[in-house]
Amino acid sequence: MMQKRRGLLHAAGALLAAALLKPVAALAAWNKAAFSSKSSADAMKSLGTPSADASGGIVIEAPQIAENGAVVPIEITSSIPGTTSLAVLVERNPYPLVAKFDFMEGALPFVKINAKMGETSDVRVIATAGGKHYQATKEIKVTIGGCGG
Amino acid sequence: MMKRALACTAACAAVLAFAPALAQQPSPFAEYQRMATESAPVELFELGGEELWKKPQGPKGVSLEKCDLGQGPGVLKGAYAGLPRYFADVDRVMDLETRLLHCMMTLQGRSREEAAKGVFGNADRPSEMEYLSAYIAGHSHGMPLRPGMSHAKERAAFELGRKLYFHRAGSWDFSCASCHGEEDKRIRMSQLPVLYKPAVARPLIATWPAYRVSNSQFKTIQWRMNDCYRQMRMPEPVFGSEAMVALVQFLTVTAQGEPYRGPAIKR
Amino acid sequence: MAGPMKMRATLGSGYTDVRVLMTHPMATEQQTKGQPHFIQNLTVKLNGKTVIEGEISQAVSRNPVFSFRLKGGAKGDKIEVSWLDNKGDTNRTETAVA
Repeated sequence: MMQKRRGLLHAAGALLAAALLKPVAALAAWNKAAFSSKSSADAMKSLGTPSADASGGIVIEAPQIAENGAVVPIEITSSIPGTTSLAVLVERNPYPLVAKFDFMEGALPFVKINAKMGETSDVRVIATAGGKHYQATKEIKVTIGGCGG
Repeated sequence: MMKRALACTAACAAVLAFAPALAQQPSPFAEYQRMATESAPVELFELGGEELWKKPQGPKGVSLEKCDLGQGPGVLKGAYAGLPRYFADVDRVMDLETRLLHCMMTLQGRSREEAAKGVFGNADRPSEMEYLSAYIAGHSHGMPLRPGMSHAKERAAFELGRKLYFHRAGSWDFSCASCHGEEDKRIRMSQLPVLYKPAVARPLIATWPAYRVSNSQFKTIQWRMNDCYRQMRMPEPVFGSEAMVALVQFLTVTAQGEPYRGPAIKR
Repeated sequence: MAGPMKMRATLGSGYTDVRVLMTHPMATEQQTKGQPHFIQNLTVKLNGKTVIEGEISQAVSRNPVFSFRLKGGAKGDKIEVSWLDNKGDTNRTETAVA
C-alpha cells in the first residue's frame, strides 16, 4: 500500500516537473503563422502588414553577389521617422520571413543580420512607422563556388 | 560521396579546360567578403581558444601557457606571424599546429594519438587545434608575415614545399599546380589562385585560419592542405608531417611581408 | 549546453553600436529532416529596460551575429542580450558600453 502511494507521488511529481518545464518556450511570442508562410504575401498578411508603400527611407546594404548562400550579410536602416519595426524577407526562400525586430524607446531602427539564402532572390524589408507600413527591396545574387569540400 | 566527388572533379576538369578568362578583375566577391568578414563569428573561436590555452590538461595537468611558439614561452603576440620556423629543441621546422601538438605532448604529457585525435573537427564540434589556432592567430593581426628563412632547415623546408607543390602523384597524377598553376582558371565561380605567385598568395595566406561560411566550420591551413590532398586523390598526409610543414612554409614564404589579416572568413 | 556568446558595445557618433555573436546550430527543417533547432527570440536590454525584441527563424545563419544601434548612450551603460530557442534553451550575455 505504501509502495503504491509513493509510486503515485513520484509519478505525479515527474508530471508536474515536466509540465513546469514546458511553458518557458511558450512564454515568448513567436509569430508561427508568419514564419511558416510560404510566400511573401502570406507572411506579410500574418505580420499584419498586408500592403506597404515603397519607400526610399529604407536602406538595404548587402553584397550584390554572395559567394555562398549560407551566410549573406544584410544591413538595414530606416530613416522613416517613428519606425518601430523592421521585418526581413527573402522572397525565394522556402519560408520567406527571416526575422522581425521591434524597436522601443532607446533603440534605433537599424539591424545587421546574416541570412541564409537558397538562391538568387530579392530581399524585402517592411518597416512600420506610425501605424503605416513601408517597403524596399534589393536583389542579391547567390552563387556556388569551388569544388565541394 | 565518391560519386559526387568524381562528378565534381570531372566538372572541375571541364571547367579548367574551358573556363573563360576572368582576367585581372577585382573579385566580384570583394563586397561580400568585406561585409561577411565584419559579421563573422570568428571571435567565438578565439574565445574558445583562450579557454583551451589556459586549461590544465593531460597527465601532467598543465595548461599550454608556457608553450614556446617561437617568441619565447607563452608569448602570443606576433607568434603566428613568425611561423613556420625552426625550433632548436626539436631540431626541425614547425608550423603553428605542429608546434601546438608538440606542446600538448611535452608540456601536458599527452600522447600523440590522443592529442591529434579529431584534429580536424566539424561544425558541431570544432577541434582543439581549430580553437587554439584562432586564438593564437588573432594575436598576430596586423603584423607582417615573417616565416623563418635564416636557418638552413627553414630554407630546405621551403625548397621541399616548392617541389611538392609541383610534384604530380597519386592515382590521378595531380599536383597542387594542376589546379593552382595557371592564371585565369576557375571552378564554378571560385577563382583558382596561382599560389606560387607572391601577389596572389599574399592576400590568401594572410587570411588563414578562417571560418568557412559554406559549412560553418573554422578551419586551419593544415586542414586545407589535408583536404587538397584528398581532392587530389593522394594518400592522407600525416598531421604535422615534414611534407605538410614544408607546403605551409612554401606558401607562407611566398606570401611573406603581407600584413596578417586573420583569423578571417572563406567561402 | 549553450556555446560561447560574446558582445561588444562601443560608442559611435550619436549612438551605441552593439555587436553580439552567439553559438547556435540554427538547423533548418531541411538539414534535420523535420526537427529544426533554432533561436526564436532575442531580447536586447539597456540598463535593465527592454529596447529591442527580435523574432528570428531558421533562415538566420548558423552562429548568428547581430548588430544593433541604441540612441545616444554613455560609457558604462549596461547592455544585455538574451536568446530563447525552439527547444526552450536559453543563453545571455552582458557587457558595459566601452
